[in-house]
Amino acid sequence: MADDRIFRLKIISPDRLFYEGDITMVELKTSEGEIGIYKGHIPLTTILVPGIVRITEPNEVKLAALYSGFVEILKDKVTILAEVAEWPYEIDVNRAMEAKIRAERRINNSDNEVDEIRAEMALRRALTRIELGGK
Amino acid sequence: MASMRDIKRRKVSIQSTQQITKAMKLVSTVKLQKAKTRAEQSKTYFDYMYKTVTSMLAKSGNINHPYLVAGESKKKAVIAITSNRGLAGGYNANVTKLITNSDIPKEDAYIYAIGRKGKDFLARRGYEIKTDYSDVINEPIYKDAAEISKEVLNQFAKGEIGEIYLAYTSFKNTVSHIPTLMKLLPVEMNEESNNEVTTTDKLTMMNYEPEEEEALNMIIPKYITSLIYGALVEAVASENGARMQAMDSATSNAEEMISDLSLKYNRARQGSITQELTEIIAGANAIS
Repeated sequence: MADDRIFRLKIISPDRLFYEGDITMVELKTSEGEIGIYKGHIPLTTILVPGIVRITEPNEVKLAALYSGFVEILKDKVTILAEVAEWPYEIDVNRAMEAKIRAERRINNSDNEVDEIRAEMALRRALTRIELGGK
Repeated sequence: MASMRDIKRRKVSIQSTQQITKAMKLVSTVKLQKAKTRAEQSKTYFDYMYKTVTSMLAKSGNINHPYLVAGESKKKAVIAITSNRGLAGGYNANVTKLITNSDIPKEDAYIYAIGRKGKDFLARRGYEIKTDYSDVINEPIYKDAAEISKEVLNQFAKGEIGEIYLAYTSFKNTVSHIPTLMKLLPVEMNEESNNEVTTTDKLTMMNYEPEEEEALNMIIPKYITSLIYGALVEAVASENGARMQAMDSATSNAEEMISDLSLKYNRARQGSITQELTEIIAGANAIS
């Protein structure tokens, strides 16, 4: 009866169709907190924040990094629109480390609010990359 | 005799021009293929984005969101996407013509230029160029579009500009490219798509998290960015398509001229031989 729990996930980024497949569960980080989605979830549109998405296929678990975007959840279909999406093997951990240090420095030194927000976003992206890429 | 040399020189010059146009055609064909795939790939993203935003707006009804009403300011921002290089037939002229012929008065327009050709033309016509992003068009990436949209949205939020337009060449297929002037902000939904959405929407009651208004706040900038990005990749594809066509016709024109000149050249050569013969025969006759 495993087939009953399967639904379709699509992850679309501007430059490619990042992922498409039949899965049993997907876990996401949204602006309101982390959520896990099974088949039959109530219809929901919500905003993503930089984080790791965990895709549970019937036989395999896949991880990917998503940076800002939103997700549309329907009963048997989930569509994620992500501005940037990366698989672990596409991540350069060393670069992310550098970006992290840069962003931290900028947060400490800046007195401009806009800069600070931007640096914080950069820091969050870097942390996501490090977390996923280090695995 | 001199005319024979002249014709020859002319022919050689046209031949080398033809070589150049032929090479340019090949280059733009390759570039077109690349740009076309990119345009097609970004299309899915854009289509979903459009669908989601229209359904959200249809649902939220007439909420009084700042992005949905025109700003106080009379100023209008126009993002003009042209190319950095010429020799693309009417490609650049079509986009700039669209702006000069539109009902946006010259004094109220702020141009955000992407592409040097359009920028130079509009600057000459007395339009105010706010910012120049011409480097972007060589290899547009999503980040560029995000930067541009952030800039215009900032201006919009500050009340510096009341409306935002986008002028670009949309790519239908390899031979047909349509210059388009599109209103980005305030977001306008035409009746048709509204109706379409409401029928599908009745089936599913969509929830929003965070609240619709807040979600709109976050999604509309993304929507604008995706529109700009889509326009950029389509413009690149159109540019190369237009150049390919222009170069193709240039090459065949050169071909025509060359065959014409060859004919003339041969005729002149034959003429000079005949003349020489006549002279020799006349000379021989005179001696005997």
